[in-house]
Amino acid sequence: MIAQNIAFGILAASSVLAAIRMVTTKNVVHAALYLVVVLGSVAANYILLAAEFVAVVQLLVYIGAIVVLFLFGVMLTRAKLGHEGELDNDQRGLAAVTALLILGILGYVLVDYFGDDKLPQLNRTHEQLNATRGTGAVGNAIFSTYLIPFEVVSVLLLAALVGAIVLARRD
Amino acid sequence: MLLNQFLLLGAVLFCIGVYGVLARKNGVLVLMSIELILNSVNINLVAFGMMGGDAAAITGQVFALFVITVAAAEVGVGLAIVLLIYRNRTTVDLDEVDLMKG
Repeated sequence: MIAQNIAFGILAASSVLAAIRMVTTKNVVHAALYLVVVLGSVAANYILLAAEFVAVVQLLVYIGAIVVLFLFGVMLTRAKLGHEGELDNDQRGLAAVTALLILGILGYVLVDYFGDDKLPQLNRTHEQLNATRGTGAVGNAIFSTYLIPFEVVSVLLLAALVGAIVLARRD
Repeated sequence: MLLNQFLLLGAVLFCIGVYGVLARKNGVLVLMSIELILNSVNINLVAFGMMGGDAAAITGQVFALFVITVAAAEVGVGLAIVLLIYRNRTTVDLDEVDLMKG
């Protein structure tokens, strides 16, 4: 229990610090690399929440594909890498006020409503966990209860693929 | 572990993402901040799922997986749009993309 809390503390600190650096750094490539730290910490948080399949998918899709896509985007939209010009607009102060306001409201509501609700302890073996809420159970749910949304998502991905090609094609 | 520690982490990441969307003017950086927002929502989905029984846990995980998929599609199309803007105007500065401003 204590080990989990220590792990959560380290993960939360690293993800928040990396996220703040990501939105304040002057270098676009560094922002993409800080995004990797945030996404990795979030994946570890999923493991703390006993959602190992989501964690692996997060690593594969986000760090494996999306960050590479971002780096390609940076490469294709900039003449030279490194420091170049201003990346922030002049509403930075207003944006910070808005973000802090939302954080205040969200924090107040969450603390007020959920207080110190504890996550339930799972005293099960690995096999029991896998059969009830692990990867096997998630796979069964996707291909039975959520079969129609799953197919719709595959059509969405196809549409996004075609759309991206049509948009980015030179003609 | 408390439920709130995950929810508050999600809230903090969400607000950092909102700041990034509002304060950045490079199109690629705005898309990165949107990814941050989607990630914070996923933490909430999985954490709320843990509060219920097995069915709730699976529902939360499946929803998180769908959000990840939609985020991947969104980044693909978004970066294609940013690329098109760059090709037409040789800039990804969102302050200069004001063609539809009245």
